[in-house]
Amino acid sequence: MVQLDDRAATRRLLDRLGFGPLPGELAAARGFDATLDALLAPGPDPGVAATPPPALAPIPTSPRSDATDRAAEQQARQTGQAQLTTWWLDRMTATTAPLPERLVWFWHGHFATSAQKVREPAALLAQNQTFRTLGLGDFRTLAHAMVVDPAMMVWLDAAQNKVGAANENLAREFMELFALGVGNYAESDVREAARALTGYTVDRTDGDVRLVARRQDTGPKTIFGTTGPIDAPRFVDMVVDRPESARFVASRLWYRLVSSSTPPTPAVLGDLTDAYGPGTDVRGLLRALATSAPFRDSATTVVKQPVEWAVGLMRAVGVRASAVVAAPGGRPGRPRRDPLVTQLTALGQVPFRPPSVGGWPAGPAWLTPSAGLSRLALAEAVVAGSPLPPGPAGAAARIDWARQVLGVDAWSPRSLAALQQVAGEADPRRTLTVAALTPEYVVST
Amino acid sequence: MTNRLPTVTRRRFLAFSGVTVAAGLALGATQVDWTDLLHEAVHDPLRPGQGVLVVVTLYGGNDGLGTVVPAADPAYRSARPELAYAEGDVLDLGEGLGINPGMTGLKKQWDGGNLAIVRGVGYPAPDHSHFRSMAIWQTGSPTSPTGSGWLGRWLDHTGDDPLRAVSMDSVLPPLLSGDRTAASTLPPGGERLPSGALGAAFRGLAGVDAGDDTLRARVARSGRDLGQVEQVLGPVVSGGDGPADAAGDAAGNAAGNRKGAGGRSELASQLQTVAALVEARVPTRVYSVSLGGFDTHADERTTQQRLLGELDAALSGFADRLAGTEAGRQVVTLVYSEFGRRVRANASQGTDHGTANPVFVLGSGVTPGFFGQQPSLTDLDDGDLRAHVDFRDVYATMLTGVLGADPTPVLGLGRTPIAGLLRT
Repeated sequence: MVQLDDRAATRRLLDRLGFGPLPGELAAARGFDATLDALLAPGPDPGVAATPPPALAPIPTSPRSDATDRAAEQQARQTGQAQLTTWWLDRMTATTAPLPERLVWFWHGHFATSAQKVREPAALLAQNQTFRTLGLGDFRTLAHAMVVDPAMMVWLDAAQNKVGAANENLAREFMELFALGVGNYAESDVREAARALTGYTVDRTDGDVRLVARRQDTGPKTIFGTTGPIDAPRFVDMVVDRPESARFVASRLWYRLVSSSTPPTPAVLGDLTDAYGPGTDVRGLLRALATSAPFRDSATTVVKQPVEWAVGLMRAVGVRASAVVAAPGGRPGRPRRDPLVTQLTALGQVPFRPPSVGGWPAGPAWLTPSAGLSRLALAEAVVAGSPLPPGPAGAAARIDWARQVLGVDAWSPRSLAALQQVAGEADPRRTLTVAALTPEYVVST
Repeated sequence: MTNRLPTVTRRRFLAFSGVTVAAGLALGATQVDWTDLLHEAVHDPLRPGQGVLVVVTLYGGNDGLGTVVPAADPAYRSARPELAYAEGDVLDLGEGLGINPGMTGLKKQWDGGNLAIVRGVGYPAPDHSHFRSMAIWQTGSPTSPTGSGWLGRWLDHTGDDPLRAVSMDSVLPPLLSGDRTAASTLPPGGERLPSGALGAAFRGLAGVDAGDDTLRARVARSGRDLGQVEQVLGPVVSGGDGPADAAGDAAGNAAGNRKGAGGRSELASQLQTVAALVEARVPTRVYSVSLGGFDTHADERTTQQRLLGELDAALSGFADRLAGTEAGRQVVTLVYSEFGRRVRANASQGTDHGTANPVFVLGSGVTPGFFGQQPSLTDLDDGDLRAHVDFRDVYATMLTGVLGADPTPVLGLGRTPIAGLLRT
């Protein structure tokens, strides 16, 4: 194991607990410990203030028979979803105290809910804001909120779960993917938990969740060997109280923020769950994770997810997502596509559209041959909009400038040689584009 | 929140590992050009007699009882009073079974002698998690489904040419990922390798450095593979229409099929591209495509019938086209899902996660008809069907009969190919 030095560890911290450094942030950082303290205690954030959530227009509702009205309804949904996506990417790019936003992104992948089925932009925004409010607090409160979250309920058919014939979808995924982990419950627990979650409906008009007594199964259930009239809040508490739940939550954060290939050792996992404690303290868990020895191990690299890579690049070069636009030209008669969403689609990751309730993959799954071409197209579009000064003259100085802009620790001989192919060109942005495609930048080292 | 929520009948796109599809890869006006170019480009064409395996993954857990329907069985109707198809609704396959009414094309393939159905396929100690069960199917390992994919291991054991297996999805499915080798994906339409200094830099990034960790080395190698893929397949996809618009997809799903180029569904477009590549004798031996949305916990009948209709149109168009060429007749198509569904319906006119399921095997080299025993609807395992055929024996059949490979390094000792399923 090679320990990262303090500067590299600080850079890693900004990658993993944020979305990569803003211009000048790494140079101004006062070391790992101070950076961690600042991340964990976010103060006022002008980037957040500058990116308020979109005012979503109400969706016109229409009788199912009216094709014209339905087209308008569909258009309004599309517009709302596009507004949401651009807004959130803007917010991730602008934030100056990034940990809360990084956790919104984490919890979105964890409680993965997709616009594919939840077609109400307001419901997706509300869930997103819940992650923002509760994401850095205690997991128990967040878990309670999610089982009655309107978007989640639509996504996992929970509104149709009623006494007499339960729908298992939410109960199963809650235990398997959200709070406990596969192998830590029995099939009978899933069936009984579905009964415990019965009775909640989502109002078709105002979108509110209500408990309807006649739909609720109030009979005794047996979950984890305990029998009683278990209801939804009691079920959530029973799950969160299991020691396996703490290990599961800690392991999921580890998987995304430390290593998707090497799980924590039992000793490290014990430290993490101690810090999480009976208070299910996410902030404490994150501090323990960032101060664990493996966090500073040069071997615990992670592949940046496409959104993380794109947002990191936009932050580094000072471009907002909404300012990344198609190059002039294109085919006549066709509206130009937003290159950001287009290439993120090609890369397989668009916010609010996880492929399934299991969220997005990690690691080498992102490193397909075709992804290289999408990263190139996206990097060109991002760098083209950069207001950065052109950088120094001279190939060597320019290559080092690109390294500093992106916050890369050092170039490998391979990447140095590749960068030299373009560093002599008139347009200095080419050097930044190629720098963004290097293995040193695609992977958070 | 003031907006009205939609009724919960939306199709659920449940994919295992970030499967999204670069639409518009295929076809359109450039078809003839790139076919000609492929002939130029391929130096080692697919030889006569070399089998080609096309794997179709149905994500979400397709309800096998709603696909190959035991409509004549009273136990079926009593378990699913509102969901069950009547005997007259389904298309008769014999033995008291009928295929879903949305699958008229595959009924024709059945009648034409191109379709085999292996019934009751599963594995010991079935897992009801989408993710665990799909991992089991994709790795071929019911006990430790965390390692390489079964076709990834086939790649590992038979060389290192990334073109031998191609995923039509933009994110690599685990089944095609080996320990040392991974399959290729097609470059998205409209993008090409850059030329000039930028191209030289791009190619330069594909070199692996001594100081690289595994992930950085993997980034570099993916660039190298891209060069190789584009050399052969590049012309196929250039001039395409670019990836699908995400927002359009979102809304389009409410109405039904995702449409790719030319009004076809994405799956149909993907399969037509595969057909064109095979006809051009591209030496790829394995292709992977997928369709998601089968997790029908609610309002199953409409959703499943629509999805099966999309599958049916794509597969039967593919099979008809392949039957017309010698190269096309070398293709065998395997269709599977991670599990079937509970025998008894739930309260939402849907079904929860189940176990054993039929597997479809389609192609000119297939012995038509039923294989395996139909699971009983009365002798259940805690409400679920009992499997009688191990999925690894289906895989062993494909490895020996289609790929000409020894199944042991891929699946371990003791597998038995299903006798007679493929003509030799």
